[in-house]
Amino acid sequence: MNPISQVSGRAYPFGRKNVDTDVIIPAQWLKTVTREGLGQGCLESVKAEPGNVFTDPTYEGAPILIAGDNFGCGSSREHAAWALLDMGVTCVIAPSFSDIFSGNAFKNGILTVAIPQEAIDRLMEVATTDPISVDLETQTVTTPFQDRFTFEIDPFRKHCLLNGLDEVGLTLAQDAEIGTYEAKAREELPFLASPKLAEA
Amino acid sequence: MTTQPRTLYQKIWDAHVVDTRDDGTCLIYIDRHIVHEVTSPQAFAALRANGRKVRRPDLHIAVPDHNLPTTARRDASGNRVPIADPQSAQQLDMLEKNAPEFGIRYIGDADPEQGIVHVVGPEQGFSLPGATIVCGDSHTACNGGLGALAFGIGTSEVEHVMATQTLLLKQSKTFQVNVEGTLGAGVSPKDVILHIIGQVGTAGGTGYVIEYTGNVFREMSIEGRLTVSNMSIEAGARAGLIAPDETTFAYVKGRPYAPRGADWDKAVAWWKSLASDPGATYDKSIHIRAEDIQPTVTWGTSPEDTAPIGAVVPSPDDFTDASKRQAVAHSLEYMGLTPGTKLTDIEVQNVFIGSCTNSRIEDIRAAAQVLKGRKKADNVTWAIVVPGSGLVKAQAEAEGLDKIIIEAGLEWREPGCSACLAMNPDKVPAGERCASTSNRNFTGRQGPGARTHLVSPAMAAAAAVTGRLADVRELTENA
Repeated sequence: MNPISQVSGRAYPFGRKNVDTDVIIPAQWLKTVTREGLGQGCLESVKAEPGNVFTDPTYEGAPILIAGDNFGCGSSREHAAWALLDMGVTCVIAPSFSDIFSGNAFKNGILTVAIPQEAIDRLMEVATTDPISVDLETQTVTTPFQDRFTFEIDPFRKHCLLNGLDEVGLTLAQDAEIGTYEAKAREELPFLASPKLAEA
Repeated sequence: MTTQPRTLYQKIWDAHVVDTRDDGTCLIYIDRHIVHEVTSPQAFAALRANGRKVRRPDLHIAVPDHNLPTTARRDASGNRVPIADPQSAQQLDMLEKNAPEFGIRYIGDADPEQGIVHVVGPEQGFSLPGATIVCGDSHTACNGGLGALAFGIGTSEVEHVMATQTLLLKQSKTFQVNVEGTLGAGVSPKDVILHIIGQVGTAGGTGYVIEYTGNVFREMSIEGRLTVSNMSIEAGARAGLIAPDETTFAYVKGRPYAPRGADWDKAVAWWKSLASDPGATYDKSIHIRAEDIQPTVTWGTSPEDTAPIGAVVPSPDDFTDASKRQAVAHSLEYMGLTPGTKLTDIEVQNVFIGSCTNSRIEDIRAAAQVLKGRKKADNVTWAIVVPGSGLVKAQAEAEGLDKIIIEAGLEWREPGCSACLAMNPDKVPAGERCASTSNRNFTGRQGPGARTHLVSPAMAAAAAVTGRLADVRELTENA
């Protein structure tokens, strides 16, 4: 995972609410067995809409996407995060995110920034003409017009994102604690700890 | 451990904490992981690339479901029928190779136990009350019907669970959805959950785990509870829970992976202790009267776009929130619907009875009861019934339900996810409508341009025989 500290540049002023992961990456694109190449299918039904921001050359290659409430709802497909990354998006700003999507985004080094709708409305306006800057260290979103919005982020996630840490590697280092739990579970919850298939 | 009254969620959580960090993040032990072919190839590849193994292969099972065609999988001489789509074939092939390579039991495409992951888990007794259960699929919430803490995860988390048998999680808030009273005739568990989602909204449960309480759920079968908990994610909640009780124990007992002997007694004693304590508090609650729930359908492209079957298509002007007004206008355009149209005047060309929401034996029975002695309407050009597993299929056939379905002019298929998300050849054509027992009416979900109306199995059967969205009570009450 690449470390991420700042994302600056143009932002897609999308703004739509309840964008589900089926819209971000439709099922026919889920047949891949790698994480790459999904950018082409990313938001394909939206890209087919006349006047959409994703095919507007003004925003080509924008690293930031601005959306409405409940971004990434629905299916748990991590392909949604991979598709956005493949399209060049490394930061999504919205009033709220689905839990599963924000977890998937985090694990792929995509910064999800939750800020109130009023701030979104302002950023949507700025994005049509100017770039936006998101700084993870100071937890702020700024514009060339002195706008400054702060956002909250889980300290552990922030630490991992800033340092590009691999969560699996971090947890494997806790092997002893996991082993201790397993020994206790075998005593207290044996029916969960060791499933046994009945003889046919 | 605290002596405060605790919720069901809190009790399961407390029993699975491996480690707690200063910021409150916990390392949570995962008891069961079910693997399917779509969200696992990249996880297996990452394990391989990093020289990592699966820590506890006995806590995982692998079942293909999303890509499998629902037509015959073996020819007359028992040879595998090739899968036309090379990408689908590749994903299926990788699961079949990856699972044994990492020591995981693989249930194959033509094994009688094969089926949709969320049907197979409870059916095999692999999913148990009080367990933490994950799968790279958001409808894992289904297993909460047994009183398991079950939720969908992304592929990176799939890898994390395989390598460490744990996940790093923050505790969710708790949301009590209480339904008390008597459900009317023709009102099924699917109508209950569609009604709830209509009330709560698709983001209403974000950040929460829902616990369904009240006599309606206590009196519901396990099949019904699985249907309700399945769609918790459609209300934004990563997991749903229904307290395990005697109905649950009776369902679990004797299943292939169910505990036996002394382990069974110990399990039941623990399961009985899991129900939320009197006085336990939830972060929020809603109370719904069962009598207010009607047979329910969706008219838009979000599962919160629900209405009782007797209603009309709403107008964007009926909504106060500006962004919702815009979303509704967008939905109606996609759905090709005009405000004010009676829902029962909407014609459907396709009917899909299946999916992890509604493909268990009771669902097939409910559909067959309506179909019995009736014929599919001529304007319905495609109508399929897809059982949730090979065992559901065998049970339905033993009861003669397949004959009723076929005589009514519907197709009786092999188990899998099918037209719920159209990754296999089962798709709804662009611009056509489908009365579907699945869980999502999203844009393009059942195929590009497809228009989905979510309904219960009985309502889907009613749509099949009338050729339009129909009130099943009109077919059954005078029968």
